[in-house]
Amino acid sequence: MALPFLSREFLHILGTGQGGRGLLSVAAIALGVALGYAIHLIHAVAVYEMEQAARSLTGEADLVVQSLQGGMDESWYPVVARRPEVAVASPVLELEAKVPGRTEKLKLLGMDVFRADALQPAFFLGGTGDALDRLRPDRIFLNPASAAWLDAREGGEVILQSGLSLVKLRVAGTVNIPGPPVAAMDIAGAQAQFGQLGRITRIDLRLVPGIAAQRAAQSLQSVLPEGIRVEVPEARAAQAAGFSRAYRVNLNVLALVALFAGGLLVFSSQALAVVRRRSQWALLRALGVRRNELAWLLVMQAAAVGALGGVLGVMLGYWLAQAALDLFGPDLGAAFFRGIAPQLAVAPGAAVFFALLGAAAAALGSLSPALEAARAAPARALHAGDDERAFARFGSPRAGAALIVLGGVAAWLPPVAGLPVFGYIAVALLLIGAIVLLPWLSRAVFALLPMPGAPLAGLSFAQLRAAPSRASLSLAPLVASIAVAAAMAVMVSSFRYSLEAWLDRVLPADLYVRAGGGGDTAYFTTDAERLLRGMAGVERVEFARSVAVSLSPGRPPVMLLARQLDPAAPGARLPLIGESLRPGAGQLPLWVSEVAADLYGWGVGGTIRLPIGGRMVEGVVAGIWRDYARSQGAIVMEREAYRNLSGDERANEAALWLRPGTDPGAVARALAAAFPAGALETALPGELRRISLAVFDRTFAATYVLEGAAIAVGLAGLSASFAAQVAARRREFGMLRHLGVTRRQIGFMLACQGALLALVALIVGLVLGSVISLILIYVINRQSFHWSMDPAVPWAALAAFALATVVLAAATAWVSGRQAMRREAVLAVKEDW
Amino acid sequence: MRANPEDLLALRGLAKSFGRRSLLRDIDLEVRAGEYLAVMGESGVGKSTLLNLIAGLDQPDAGSVVFEGRELTRLDDDELTLLRRRRMGFVFQAFHVLPYLTVAENVALPLLLNGMPRQETDGRVAELLAAVGLGDRAHSRTAELSGGESQRVAIARALAHRPRLLLADEPTGNLDADSGRQVLELLRRCTKDQAASVVMVTHSPEAAAFADRVVRLTAHGLTAA
Ligand SMILES: Nc1ncnc2c1ncn2[C@@H]1O[C@H](COP(=O)(O)OP(=O)(O)OP(=O)(O)O)[C@@H](O)[C@H]1O
Ligand SMILES: [Mg+2]
Repeated sequence: MALPFLSREFLHILGTGQGGRGLLSVAAIALGVALGYAIHLIHAVAVYEMEQAARSLTGEADLVVQSLQGGMDESWYPVVARRPEVAVASPVLELEAKVPGRTEKLKLLGMDVFRADALQPAFFLGGTGDALDRLRPDRIFLNPASAAWLDAREGGEVILQSGLSLVKLRVAGTVNIPGPPVAAMDIAGAQAQFGQLGRITRIDLRLVPGIAAQRAAQSLQSVLPEGIRVEVPEARAAQAAGFSRAYRVNLNVLALVALFAGGLLVFSSQALAVVRRRSQWALLRALGVRRNELAWLLVMQAAAVGALGGVLGVMLGYWLAQAALDLFGPDLGAAFFRGIAPQLAVAPGAAVFFALLGAAAAALGSLSPALEAARAAPARALHAGDDERAFARFGSPRAGAALIVLGGVAAWLPPVAGLPVFGYIAVALLLIGAIVLLPWLSRAVFALLPMPGAPLAGLSFAQLRAAPSRASLSLAPLVASIAVAAAMAVMVSSFRYSLEAWLDRVLPADLYVRAGGGGDTAYFTTDAERLLRGMAGVERVEFARSVAVSLSPGRPPVMLLARQLDPAAPGARLPLIGESLRPGAGQLPLWVSEVAADLYGWGVGGTIRLPIGGRMVEGVVAGIWRDYARSQGAIVMEREAYRNLSGDERANEAALWLRPGTDPGAVARALAAAFPAGALETALPGELRRISLAVFDRTFAATYVLEGAAIAVGLAGLSASFAAQVAARRREFGMLRHLGVTRRQIGFMLACQGALLALVALIVGLVLGSVISLILIYVINRQSFHWSMDPAVPWAALAAFALATVVLAAATAWVSGRQAMRREAVLAVKEDW
Repeated sequence: MRANPEDLLALRGLAKSFGRRSLLRDIDLEVRAGEYLAVMGESGVGKSTLLNLIAGLDQPDAGSVVFEGRELTRLDDDELTLLRRRRMGFVFQAFHVLPYLTVAENVALPLLLNGMPRQETDGRVAELLAAVGLGDRAHSRTAELSGGESQRVAIARALAHRPRLLLADEPTGNLDADSGRQVLELLRRCTKDQAASVVMVTHSPEAAAFADRVVRLTAHGLTAA
């Protein structure tokens, strides 16, 4: 008997006669599902591209022999190639090549053409030139992404930097590597052109069929020194995926917020819809519909609405993801994927899952109101005015307090697999707990607020105060979105404030000069160093060398920074945090960045073994410093010690202190004239500061959009429930119109109520938001990025935000309640109860 | 026909139809100051519609409504609203007392709307509640009242600001015979005390008996009963 009835009911809630509120809950679900699904799609593309890139770089190798720092001598190649387990061995020199005038590096693979082809056929795709092009030292092969990025086509020229001079290479064809920009050339040519004679960075291996990779890895490792490690390619792919974690965490937060806000919107609109028609349900019960039948009917109705929203949401989500990809790329602006036009891959399973998620959210949202409607005594529910009793059942102070306590406990738990799983759970528990507490909280806030003296404002207030549970249901989405928006605002502001303070600490010199920071192919030679020290107006120069050091097979390499600093006073150069240690004689002091300390579990006084110059070296952690520049971790050691251990005389960066009265701009111009164009980058500290902050602001621009979206969702919830509330109180407003309340005054009352509700939402939401911001700062952010920051509250921005919310809520309420101002509303008084 | 200066309210040639259905045609009616008038008629004949036109809550298709010498059809919504606020009172079949206000607050509402300072309303409210026999219930929640008591609160509210005209649509429709009689007695006594006019729509001849004059609305127009 339920089915035909269900279908008619379904049409009923979808709109006709319901002021389109059914459509609104469809839209709410669609929005939540769309955001979640879009983020999922973008995420899937990003991970796919990352893994593709990592896999294709090692071709179809079974094992990779990898140098942990600075490459290995090529004499290791015949040792490995002659092992009985090895079928094909292909030596590779992998360089991060500096492209003059660009900040991002180009990954350049020097390869032995024949061996590379044996490992992975059709790797080099020759162009129109002859086959010998692959062996010529001045030819380069680009993959599609690098061709797009460098805007170079076959026959064209690519200029790369070697030391401080420039190398011209002719584009001879393409290299078959999907994913981010990569170029390849002959290994001997690369060694010669980039000052790497006799060095390789890794050897890709194909094993003799039938030999297990793990066994072969063990036996190979036994003949190799500690600074060279045998790895299975999957570990490298995992490492590349780990590289994308920073932004993945960001995306997860977005998805979480979207789904949560959508779910809340569904809950509040369902609860309002069910309660509004409470007397109809009571009538059905009186006519003999059983409890379970009624609850089932209501939940199924909601699920049907949710499924419709889910399907629409999946379509909208696909469109959103495509638009976001077109606009920002799969990393949403982080530039890991320059030059690629990725394709969305639609897996039917995921699409169905997200559509069902919409149905499930709606069904769950209606469960509690449906059970309430089924449980209510029909005689009482038949009477109008029993709504508040129904609403009051949705809140429970005890359950709310328990959830909040659980959330507090979860915030203290450690990360799971390097992800702040419990941090997210803590945020979710706090949000849900606060919402469950909301009827009680809003009653408390209403009791605290003074009754306005003006009759209409007083009336509005009395109306709200008499039905705190109903009011709090309208508030739930708004409270959640205010809390999330405020938490993000505080987190971003704390981050920015800490970054500014950090920049002030780490940029003490007058002028900074860089030769392709962090890349392998650009550096200062000793001659260049001498030239720099002798420049007119230069008082003192400190050089720094940065090299990548691989410490753990599952992790990307850490930056080793060799710089001039006084071991007795490292705080003069490093923004140290916490205690530091004076190392004893004969000990090698190391200062590790916070990120490295977190990732590898290092503490002050502990020892670290590092591969330097092909040997393992032991050092002592003398201090931990804050570093916002290197997300994979960094280790600082004295440059002198590094030079002695490695024999590496090169440097990448120089900090210049000038004589008083010298114009830094003039020195920068003189430097530029002394070296080939584009080989050096000079920057004033003020410029670096400004650029860093600009990059920061651009990266976080998306969060401002999201904050806006969160508030829009919250206001949509408010609007939906306001419309419902006004519909339910038509007669009351009609009576007031009889008593001589003008249309404008009704509008004023509605606006007052909107503003009042926003005020309550702000009081609860801002308190909740500041607690969540602490979790973001100390738990989620710390555990996923390993960056600490000092909390800073953006008071002015929050005040403006609060004011805007109140005004918008007043306007929303006024607009949503327009039906109460219509002429017909006056006559509603005559409707029968 | 010229308007009689003694008439508080005068309807002339009033007509109203909804869609094709013509409901009221050529209605003429005068109500003198202080007069208690009952309008009877079958269900659906247009009695409530007539009250709406008198209150300026709806616009007639033709004819005029003159209240205290002012032509209501020429006033805009705000002016009509202010007129209702100052000069009219309403009693509804379904009471419509606000559940979230106390008895006293409900009665004070029209006074506050008319700009009386809150402190000064107490005396008037007490006087009215005493008049309707609810002097001891001033601070009760209206949800705790019976139907008859609710309607007495509604009468006190309708008269609080000393309106010239009180419009009542089936004021006893939701009440049992005993409470209905009490309410009607009260309504008559209080309006006479204040010299307010009443237009009361009712089905019941017993109720109509409380009026000074009874008219009957039929499909053909208004006739004296
Ligand atoms: N706004 C409106 N739009 C369309 N039709 C209306 C409207 N208001 C009233 N009617 C119709 O006009 C007719 C008379 O309505 P009215 O409420 O005036 O009757 P009534 O005499 O008060 O009846 P009752 O004694 O049952 O209250 C009814 O048939 C009603 O359907
Ligand atoms: Mg009627």
